[in-house]
Amino acid sequence: MADAEINETPRASRSKKPHVAREVSGTLPVFDIQGLSIVYRSGAKDTKAVTNVDLALMPGEIVGLVGESGSGKSTLAYGACRLLRPPAIITKGNVMYRGRRVREEGMSVLDQSRSELREIRWREIAIVFQSAMNALNPVLKVEDQLFDVMDAHLSLSRTEKRERAESLLDLVGIARDRLKSYPFELSGGMRQRIMIAMALAVDPEVVIMDEPTTALDVVVQREILSQIVELKDRMGFSVLFITHDLSLLLEVANRIVVMYAGHIVEVGTAEQIHREPAHPYTRGLLNSFPSLHGPRRELAGIPGTPPDLSQLPPGCPFMPRCTFATEKCQEVDMKLSPVDASKDAVHTTACPFVKPEDHVAQVNVRTRAAK
Amino acid sequence: MTEQTKTSESAVGDVVLEAVSISRDYYLGRGRSGPVLSAVRDVSLSLYRRGVVAIVGESGSGKSTVARMLAGQETLTSGEVRLDGKVVHLKHRRAFRAYKREVQMVFQDPFASLNSVHTVRHHLERPIKIHRGIQGKQAIEEEMYRLLTLVSMTPPELFLPKYPHELSGGQRQRVAIARAIAASPRVLLADEPISMLDVSIRLDILRLLSDLRETLELAMLYITHDIASARYVADEILVMYAGEIVERGPAEEVTQSPAHPYTQLLVSSAPNPDALGSSLKTGTKIVPGQAGSALSSIVGCRFSPRCPFADEQCRTTRPPIVPTNDGRLVACWHLEQAAPSSVALTTKPRTTRAKKVLEKPD
Amino acid sequence: MSTSVIPITAVPPVGKSRRKFSSYPLKARIGAIIVGVFVLLAIFGPYLAPFDPSATKNTQAYPVGPNWTHLLGTTAIGGDVLSQMLVGIRATVFVGLTAGVIATFLSVLVGVSSGFLGGASDEGLSLLTNAVLVLPALPLLVVILGYLPQASNLVTAFVLSVLGWPWGARVIRAQTLSLRRRDFVAAARETGESTWRIIVSEIIPNEVSLIAASFVGTVLYAILTSVALTFLGLGDLSNWSLGSMLYWSQNGNAITLGAWWWYLPPGLAVAFLGMGLVLLNFGLDELGNPRLRDATGQHKIAGHVWRPADPTPVVRDSDLVKRGLFTRGFAALRQGVRPVRSSVAKGDDVETTIKGNADG
Repeated sequence: MADAEINETPRASRSKKPHVAREVSGTLPVFDIQGLSIVYRSGAKDTKAVTNVDLALMPGEIVGLVGESGSGKSTLAYGACRLLRPPAIITKGNVMYRGRRVREEGMSVLDQSRSELREIRWREIAIVFQSAMNALNPVLKVEDQLFDVMDAHLSLSRTEKRERAESLLDLVGIARDRLKSYPFELSGGMRQRIMIAMALAVDPEVVIMDEPTTALDVVVQREILSQIVELKDRMGFSVLFITHDLSLLLEVANRIVVMYAGHIVEVGTAEQIHREPAHPYTRGLLNSFPSLHGPRRELAGIPGTPPDLSQLPPGCPFMPRCTFATEKCQEVDMKLSPVDASKDAVHTTACPFVKPEDHVAQVNVRTRAAK
Repeated sequence: MTEQTKTSESAVGDVVLEAVSISRDYYLGRGRSGPVLSAVRDVSLSLYRRGVVAIVGESGSGKSTVARMLAGQETLTSGEVRLDGKVVHLKHRRAFRAYKREVQMVFQDPFASLNSVHTVRHHLERPIKIHRGIQGKQAIEEEMYRLLTLVSMTPPELFLPKYPHELSGGQRQRVAIARAIAASPRVLLADEPISMLDVSIRLDILRLLSDLRETLELAMLYITHDIASARYVADEILVMYAGEIVERGPAEEVTQSPAHPYTQLLVSSAPNPDALGSSLKTGTKIVPGQAGSALSSIVGCRFSPRCPFADEQCRTTRPPIVPTNDGRLVACWHLEQAAPSSVALTTKPRTTRAKKVLEKPD
Repeated sequence: MSTSVIPITAVPPVGKSRRKFSSYPLKARIGAIIVGVFVLLAIFGPYLAPFDPSATKNTQAYPVGPNWTHLLGTTAIGGDVLSQMLVGIRATVFVGLTAGVIATFLSVLVGVSSGFLGGASDEGLSLLTNAVLVLPALPLLVVILGYLPQASNLVTAFVLSVLGWPWGARVIRAQTLSLRRRDFVAAARETGESTWRIIVSEIIPNEVSLIAASFVGTVLYAILTSVALTFLGLGDLSNWSLGSMLYWSQNGNAITLGAWWWYLPPGLAVAFLGMGLVLLNFGLDELGNPRLRDATGQHKIAGHVWRPADPTPVVRDSDLVKRGLFTRGFAALRQGVRPVRSSVAKGDDVETTIKGNADG
């Protein structure tokens, strides 16, 4: 019963009245980051963690955000929700949230006060953290933590809360009697599911998942991923999925956004990224993980290390590690442009020179594969 | 398995380190009355010069315990470890040090395995002084330079005075590896050396380990939960579940045509970029289940609660690990259902290859 | 978890690299200055004393207030209070430091061995620690010092340290227990280090801030207790110390006579010294535990002070360009910097948790 309630709320109602016009005239993104720049300011020195980033999350979409540590992917997500602490500051850009519960023209996240932000967080934009053990309160039962989230945003009676909590556990595939458990009594996979249940407790429209499966075993990881995809289809929220593992995203995400040194270097559908990666960095990432299926490929990886964000050279930040690099790269402005102008603008890259069909002699790797 | 695998391993050298049906029990209660967790049961393996053996399993499968037992960091409940065919006894400090000269371990988390109050110099200087008997400041300095260059941390003089917090994850793992090879061991036990690192750095470290195996002629044990990386690094793969080996064989065979139902589950769970989400999006059902239990009270096959082929026999009797016609060993009662192409050669229980070696009159 | 190249809170890494004094927490700095002044007085005070502190004037029968000869006045029998202070600080600081050194040595010895060795030695040492811990210290001190033939400062310090080590030992044991399980200890064993060497070179350096805090805490306890005991007449009354000054002023009815200059200076000195030690202790705590520092850390950005619980500040570049044209305060208004102040609330849970998780 409560299950039905949770199922019903989402986009079924969205297609009704007030939003019809919007849907017809091409859907607007539910979470829209426009030209966002974030720096860490210490003294006179700025560390440019995120530079001029556009990222739109459409309703019901899973967007994957991929990059190495230090690429700014988490900073971008947390900064857009204004969760970063000073000395992080947002220096540029806009973040619009257009959920069905806010006014039609959307809401600018950067203009909200602290208490207004508290209203949106979790209710509208929920976050699933990487380490469920750290994010869950060790001295509270699962039940109480779920109730806390509901109490903060909904006014429900105790029975209603219990019903909702039970149906949430059903949703994420955990036995109802686990409501009485403490986090330490649960396995890592179960804790992560509880985190997902908590994120979904008040029916948010955007769920940000920060490496939700990185700490888990492959089998559990797969179970949780398929759960996320299934829940998304049933409840209609949008997902921003942050990870450093591109192979995972290729399977889960509709669209993939590749970040490097605070810049977005390539955006495309999973298929485009996989079959015709344009940016050399994306190619490097694709060439970094051993594949279990198919013939043993030679792996090239990405030579070198990420740049120091407090003293970025002019032009493309990937230049020092790029096998295609030329002198012209110093003048690249890192603006995204369509890979194939004749087709659509879905697949864009920040590299104006390298095309998907270009090949370069890759550094041969002496793993066992090479033999 | 012996014949077939031996030929495929022609490039590798002699056995250096052997584990002969080693087990490790933990008493969960206070004293010895409570339930017993047999974290590792009856595991045997051999590490060859220039060869890489991988143990693949989920967390809690006992794979790290095996590495720690081989490293002498964990005591054995039963079984024995042999170095060059001689049983290893580590009761005394001198014996332990001598053993460490031959067998070194690299830990999973480079953030935890380096002491944050010491510099890179300290971390490298100690093993050189302890194990190599190199005298003189100059000679030690040169040796440290050589080690850092081996793990491609150049220029060495730049890194020697650094503290771990001044290094990136990949650099720390390189230092940890340099420390391990500073003792110039013949065996390197790598316990999930890349799982804490970024995807783009993982390959570098794997490549480094591969290079070191070649140049230093190391025998390597590679512990991982990522069966795909095992495929790329290892000659032989051992799949562990709940403390037991369920399947072992040449890397390519095990990963490309897994025989044991658990190996099949592992392989099907690994991300498959080429499928572009087909299996996730079509909602292929995976047997849901919790991590395997290694409580010694479980009598049958430990995978049986999650296994689609499980029947009464599986739940009551532990399957022996037996050789198959395609050159591997599998512990499953229903191999003909699970992997029709692999046929068990004998129904006679033969626990391990090492047992076989034991039986041979010398 | 992978490394965070850009830490979500840019805390300078605590390493061994030379730090400027000004980079230490404010509390630690103030505390260090106060304690430093007292240590200097303990060393040089007796040489600065204008009079012999024990000198008396037979002609005098009542305390004389501060005057140009006796800056802090005199006692009832004409002793110079300032000189007594300058001489007496040495004894008090000596008792505190001696007790601190001995007690800290004992706590490290017991705490580290108990935590690292485990098993039966741990059980035995923990039992001993707890047994000493539950002994009622003050009554016991009164009894011991009362029975000792002569209660010199050294004896007092010794008795205080014998009763004062268990608190530190417990904390250090707990810390050692957690450090013992770390990989770097296993790695040191891999290297072939001996147990003794692992303790001294790997474990103890990681506990320096804890040991320092425990030392400072013990010094504080020893100073306060020794002053109290001497005041009760149980300490060394034949030498000048802050405690014996208080004892003699009480004995001489200083309060009834309204001779505030007699009892207030030593009292205030004890209070200041105690405060300095407490501040130093807190400061050391913050140094060893950056989370504590974070919780109070504020950042001044664009002329406005941001507290950790505030949402991410928005300071647009375009505003910064204009900034030069306006005065600081006005510029802050222009930038649309909107400080939102309220006490710690629900949303903060989220903020605390990302600290550990954020990556990239």
